[in-house]
Formats: sequence, structure tokens, C-alpha cells
Amino acid sequence: MNTPEPFAGETAHSPVRHHILSVLVENKSGVLARIAGLFARRGFNIYSLAVAPSERHARFSRITIVVDAESTPLEQVVGQLDKLVNVVDIWDIAPRDAVERELLLATIATDVSNRTSLLDILGRAGASIIDVDPGAVTVMLSGTPASCDEFERALEDYSSVELHRTGRLAVPRLGQELTSTERGLR
Amino acid sequence: MQLTGAQALIKSLEQQGVDTVFGLPGGAILPVYDPLLDSSIRHILVRHEQGAGHMAEGYSLATGRPGVAMVTSGPGSTNIVTPIANAHMDSTPLVVITGQVATSSIGLDAFQECDITGITMGVTKHNFLVRTAHEIPRAVAAAFHLATTGRPGPVLIDLPKDVAQSTMEWWYPVGPEDYDLPGYHPLVDLDEADVERAVALIAAAERPVLYVGGGTLKSRATAELRAFAERTRIPVVTTLMARGAFPHSHELNLGMPGMHGVYAAVTAMQRSDLLIALGARFDDRVTGRTAAFAPGARVIHVDIDRAELGKIRQADVAIQGDVGMVLRALETAGANPPRLDTWWSEIRSWQATYPLTYDDEPTEGPLRPQHVIESLAANAPAGTIVASGVGQHQMWTAQFWPFEEPNSWVNSGGAGTMGFGVPAAIGAKVGRPDRTVWCIDGDGCFQMTAQELVTARSEGIPIKVAILNNSYLGMVRQWQEMFYDERYSEVYLSPDLPDYVKLAEAMGCVGLRATTPKEMSDVIDEANAINDVPVVVDFRVDASEKVFPMVPAGASNDDILVHPSQRKETR
Repeated sequence: MNTPEPFAGETAHSPVRHHILSVLVENKSGVLARIAGLFARRGFNIYSLAVAPSERHARFSRITIVVDAESTPLEQVVGQLDKLVNVVDIWDIAPRDAVERELLLATIATDVSNRTSLLDILGRAGASIIDVDPGAVTVMLSGTPASCDEFERALEDYSSVELHRTGRLAVPRLGQELTSTERGLR
Repeated sequence: MQLTGAQALIKSLEQQGVDTVFGLPGGAILPVYDPLLDSSIRHILVRHEQGAGHMAEGYSLATGRPGVAMVTSGPGSTNIVTPIANAHMDSTPLVVITGQVATSSIGLDAFQECDITGITMGVTKHNFLVRTAHEIPRAVAAAFHLATTGRPGPVLIDLPKDVAQSTMEWWYPVGPEDYDLPGYHPLVDLDEADVERAVALIAAAERPVLYVGGGTLKSRATAELRAFAERTRIPVVTTLMARGAFPHSHELNLGMPGMHGVYAAVTAMQRSDLLIALGARFDDRVTGRTAAFAPGARVIHVDIDRAELGKIRQADVAIQGDVGMVLRALETAGANPPRLDTWWSEIRSWQATYPLTYDDEPTEGPLRPQHVIESLAANAPAGTIVASGVGQHQMWTAQFWPFEEPNSWVNSGGAGTMGFGVPAAIGAKVGRPDRTVWCIDGDGCFQMTAQELVTARSEGIPIKVAILNNSYLGMVRQWQEMFYDERYSEVYLSPDLPDYVKLAEAMGCVGLRATTPKEMSDVIDEANAINDVPVVVDFRVDASEKVFPMVPAGASNDDILVHPSQRKETR
């Protein structure tokens, strides 16, 4: 077995060897379909995907794609993505050079018996309560993918009604060289 | 100046220098057909939208200019998907305009509604759904820019009916900066270091081969290729898509490589120590089993599309760039291989031992298809353009027709679209009316798109069609004979049904037939004498004739099967 070296930041919820593509795209209808279609067509595996309007201009959105670098030829993904006319720029960020964060929201059924232990878990994880009613709380954690994994495991003992994760966002660590297609409006 | 969207579309096409549109009207595109009446643009009314698409491809392949097709929504648009996919595989620049239902009806399953931008996402270079009349000039200008720059390809513009009917203040983009394409930068600078590394590899090579693909034609780099090849004396192979990129008769040209390639071309690549791939993409029909392809070769891979670099074969030097630009840079750098005498003498012995060949035909017929092609070529004026469908006849044409100049070979390579030949020949003739255009077709292919001969007759487009009628889906028959123990499944078509002569006559064409070599030569003279209407010749050829050489699918190119007459008992 040719198992790649594990690295800090690898989590139970990510592929053995993942890679992050931060893709700046034109904010036009159908762009997400073009990207998803490209991945499906070429047989590339997306692990997670997060989309939101970009910091630069309402014209652009940023899509953060985590790909399984084990099964997916990264050069091909970048080359094929780059051919999509609506793709403006691609940052190719290796996980060890990235600061990654993810948001987790969970709604948990609570009663008098478990409230104290739950508050303890929330406190240790650094999660906060964002909504409460007599039978349940909704909590939020923003943190590294690994801390989200750990928090998710800690919640397994509770009747967790709903648990949603955003998929990760990533930026290069400060001082890191960035591999970019170096185009578009910088 | 206030124009309707429809007028703006036609005016935009005129701005782009479009002289011909191939199309067929219908409900959603109806508004655009009205201002067309007042335009200088020639419209060719096809009988099926697939014909419009292939005609636009043939026009483009013969002229080097983008082909334009226009159809209506729904089934009109889906009927042109095959040509779009074909153009995408072969990097042919097309602009396809489809009508769409009114914007207020999109998504409501309206009559003849179809999500054609969704359907064609994977088979176009890009597509647009135009939402306001103001956007039309930009969409058209951007479509032509995208279709013709970088790696060329098809671009689709979907135009809702209400957008065509609404009005706009006329404007036209001045240049690419007005196209609103922030993510599209087709021009790339050459990395001098790459050029230097390529020069070093070439200088060290003892058995180099120039592996010339269709990108060399798209880049219009045939003069640069010839200069480079003649100075370095590196052997040249021209792929199916590159026939004509280097003169067939040139002493440095080994011919076509691949599954049905010339033995010397296939074997030179296998034994090569340096492949210089120019706008070629290591297609499976060229490489055979990729793991066994040219095992001792280092690779210099030049392509305008960076995604092609390393896709199939890792290159030792990968250069993203225009073939012509790279060849000029290599010339400037003075790339020169050492002496190639030993290499050439090996190649010459392969050429002498295993030339393309076929058996003589009996005087009473049936004809050898290869002989028909050689006879057509011998009697065709210089500069004749040849189109074909897909199958045995296509391979024989690629092997035996002496393509001497670029844009003289019009065929469907990557997609392998049967029925491509007749409409593509029509498009080629429209683009190059001064040239003789032969379509060398199979009987199976002919039946798929023959109705476009009605278009050819009514529009005054006198193409010539040679049907190599072996009464079979011949390539499938060949595989069933060789690999399925002669168990022939659903490949027989009949030589007489339809009666091709009567069918041709019913479509207003001249219909001719030849069964014996004597008849063949008479009929070719007769066909060549007719220049006012389309001619169809039914050549009765031997159904058992197979395409050789052949590398069986999935086999190594080392296991090439030559013509039976060239096989040694020990093989």
C-alpha cells in the first residue's frame, strides 16, 4: 500500500489527500452548473464546495472546492477549470499552506438532565448558542475542519436533530507563495 | 439608431463579415428571419438542422473561417447538437444561433422549449443565453472571438423570441475589452526556458518524429512546419486531423499514424526517441494502448490548450503556445538534430517493405474501394477538396488521397460522426466555390444525411459524391469478421435499396453507377464533366475489403496488422 504521509489538519471528514482550489468566477447564472458539470464529465471528485459573492465586486463569486487529490489529477482539474470562460482566477492551495475554516450549525434536543454536560462540551469546543427553546438549542461552531469533526463526535451522545456544515473556506497562510493562474482583476 | 433585437443580430453578423448562414426557420427564431431578407448574408435553407451544423463545419474546415448556423428552439436546437459536439471534438470554430421561447416562458415547459444552453454546456467552448436586446452585439462579437481564438471551438447563442422582438439602441463593441470576458485570455507568452529545453532535446535526438496534429492547421502554421522539417530533416507524420498540413508527396512525410496508419509512420513513432507533438492530443486512435505507446520516446508537447499537456502522456517539455509561434521560436533558436542518416535508412526500409497496398480487382468487378479513391484523385484538379463520412471509406480516403495543401480534407475525427460527409461537402463548396469538392462516402453514411442533396441542388451547390457502396456498415462488419468470428450482426444494408441512382435523380442530381473498372473510369470522366448540378456516383465495391494496416483496439502499436499480402508466415 502506498499510503501518503498524513499531515496536520487532515480530518476524518476529508479525503486522505485533499487539495484546495479557490476559484474566482463571474457571478452569472449557470456558472455553478458549468463547474459541477465539468467535474462530473471528467470524473473528478469534489469533496466539498462553498460558494458566495466575492470580496472584490458583486460581479464575481468565490468558489472554494476541496478535491480528492488521490483520485483526481490536479493539473487536469486546474487546466480544465481554467478553460471555462467564466472562471477568472484559480488559487491552488496545498493544505499545509492554507488556513482553513468551516462553520457548523447543530440543533440539539435538550432537557434538564443533559443541559449541564452539553454546556460543558460547548464551552470546551468554543461553540456558542444562537437559538434556544424549551426543548432544544441551536449551537454554532466556527473552527478548523478538525475541530468541527471533534465537536461533531462529541455531539454523538445527544439526540442531534440537525447538523449542517458549510464545507471549508481557505486562504493561503501569510507569507506563503501562491500558485495562481495569475489572471483577471487582481 | 433603434433596431429590433432581430435586426441587431443580423447586423452584428454582418459586422463580423459573415457571408453565409446555414439554417432552418421555426417559431422562436422567426423574428430573425425577417431582417435576413434585407441582408447581404446568403442563407442556405437546409432540410434538417443537423445538415446546417455540418455544412457550417465543412465551410469552416475548407476556408479556415468560422461557420455560422441558425435554427429554432426545441427540436431545431437538439438536432444541431451532434454537429456542435463534432465541432467541439475537432476544435472547429462555429457560431450557432438558436431561437428560444420568450424569457417569460423559460422554465415553464412552453411549446418547443428546450434548455439548449444546459444541453450543450459540455460540448461547446462557451454558450450564452441573451436576456436583453442590448446584449446582442456583445454576445455575437464575443462568440466569434471565443470561437476563433485560443483553441477554436463551437459557441452557441440562445436568443429568446421576445428579446429578438424588443428594441435596442444600436452599438457595437470595438474590441475584446468590450466583450466582458474577464476570465478569457487566449494569448500566452512563450517561456524561453521551455524553448531552450526543447532545443536541447532535439539536439540530442537520434530518432525524432514530428507528430503533427490538427492544431497545426488551426494555427495556420503549415509554412513554419515545412521550413522546420526541411531544415532539420525530421520525419513527419500527419494525423487524420492534419492530413494536408504537410504535403503528402513530400519525401519527409511518412503519412498517417494510428489505428489505420501507414506502417512506417506507426513504427517510426514506436521506435522514436523524441516525439515532437504539434497541436496533437495523443488520441487513443493514434497511440493504441497508451502504456505501450512510443516507450522509448521523450516528448515535446506543444498545444495552445494547457489542459492537453500531460492529459494522456507526460511531456518532458510541455509548451503551452501557438504551434506557429513555437516553431518560429525553435527556428530562431536554431534547433538542429544530429545526423539522421541511420534513422532515415531504417524508415526507408519500412516504407519499402510495408507500403500501403491492396489486391488487384477482377475485370468484371466488384471494384476495390482503394482503386476508386486513387482513380478519383488521379482525375481531380489540383486543390480539390475532399469530404468524407466515418468508417472504412474515411480511412481509405485518408490513406490513399494525396492531400497536398491545408484545408483540403474535411472529415469528422474525434467524434466519428456518420453522415458528416454530404452536408460538410456542401458547406465546403459554399466556402470555396472555385474548388472541385468530392464527398467520398459510405453507403451507410450516405443514408443518414443524403436529403441535403436537395439543398445542394436547390441552392446551386454542385458537389460530387462518390458512394463506396459495399452494402454494409463496413467498419463494423470488418470488426465482426476479425474479432467476432465472422458473426455478422445488423450490418447488412443491401446494395440496391435504396437505388442510389434513382434517389440522386429524385433529388435533382445526376445519378451514375459503376461496377467494373472500365465503367469506373468512364463514370469518373462523366462526373468530372458535370459542373452545374450535384452528381452522385454509386461505386459497387468489394464488401470483403478491409482497412489495413490495423492496430486492434486496445492493442499495442507494435502489434500492427499489415495487409495480408505483406504478412510473413512467421507472424
